[in-house]
Amino acid sequence: MSANAKDLRHPLKRARGLGSAQHGVSHWWTQRTTATALVVLGLWFVVLVLGHLHSDYATVRAMVAKPWNAVLLIAFLVTMFWHAVLGMQVVVEDYVHTRWKEIFLLVAIKFIAVLSVLAGALAVLRVALGA
Amino acid sequence: MAETQRPLSPHLQIYKWQVQMVTSILHRATGIALSVGALIFVWWLVALAAGEDAFNQFKVCVGSPLGIILLIGWTWSFFYHLCNGIRHLVQDAGAGYTIVQFVRSSWASVIVSLLLTLVVVGYGLSAGGAA
Repeated sequence: MSANAKDLRHPLKRARGLGSAQHGVSHWWTQRTTATALVVLGLWFVVLVLGHLHSDYATVRAMVAKPWNAVLLIAFLVTMFWHAVLGMQVVVEDYVHTRWKEIFLLVAIKFIAVLSVLAGALAVLRVALGA
Repeated sequence: MAETQRPLSPHLQIYKWQVQMVTSILHRATGIALSVGALIFVWWLVALAAGEDAFNQFKVCVGSPLGIILLIGWTWSFFYHLCNGIRHLVQDAGAGYTIVQFVRSSWASVIVSLLLTLVVVGYGLSAGGAA
């Protein structure tokens, strides 16, 4: 323990000599950039869904197959999961204090997000390309 | 934490409840809820690509009483996270930081999100029952 009581830094910080990981600013900006995109994409998606609440299978397929809808759906998918990964990362870092559980959750969240985006994008492409 | 002499901030139960705390906590909670909801979005896309049977199965699940309740919850989560997210973007730009503005924008997030949810859920239900 430091003899200097006015030093607010934890001694562990100096002992490890690590300091900031230097990724904070990029995380902050990406969170805001994806958020801005999601304001537009999210509202577009809600309007799209409200217009097709009771559409039958063929109608919904035809809607997703339209090029602009397919592009925006994939954009929504990627942006949403990217934003979700950044947000869930902060939640895990804040509340999970056992190191191995924290790492496990951070990696698991990324795996689930990547698989979800790939599965969703493939589904949109299959519908759009008529496969 | 036993040996630390650094000043520690008191935990939640010390503070008097105020709307700014509620908006902050709700932003996290709705973010977590929406991360789960994103998986339902992927399920919808995958079911659509898989064929009419899978799509109808999805519609039955989402249109069940539990499905409708969850959908309403996600609708409000979406609008709350959207409204409060825009509020955060404005604050990130450096605006709206006086206490009066802060409290007012907090209430605006809560009230506007509830109104938008009422409109969308009202439209969804009046358009003829299950999704």
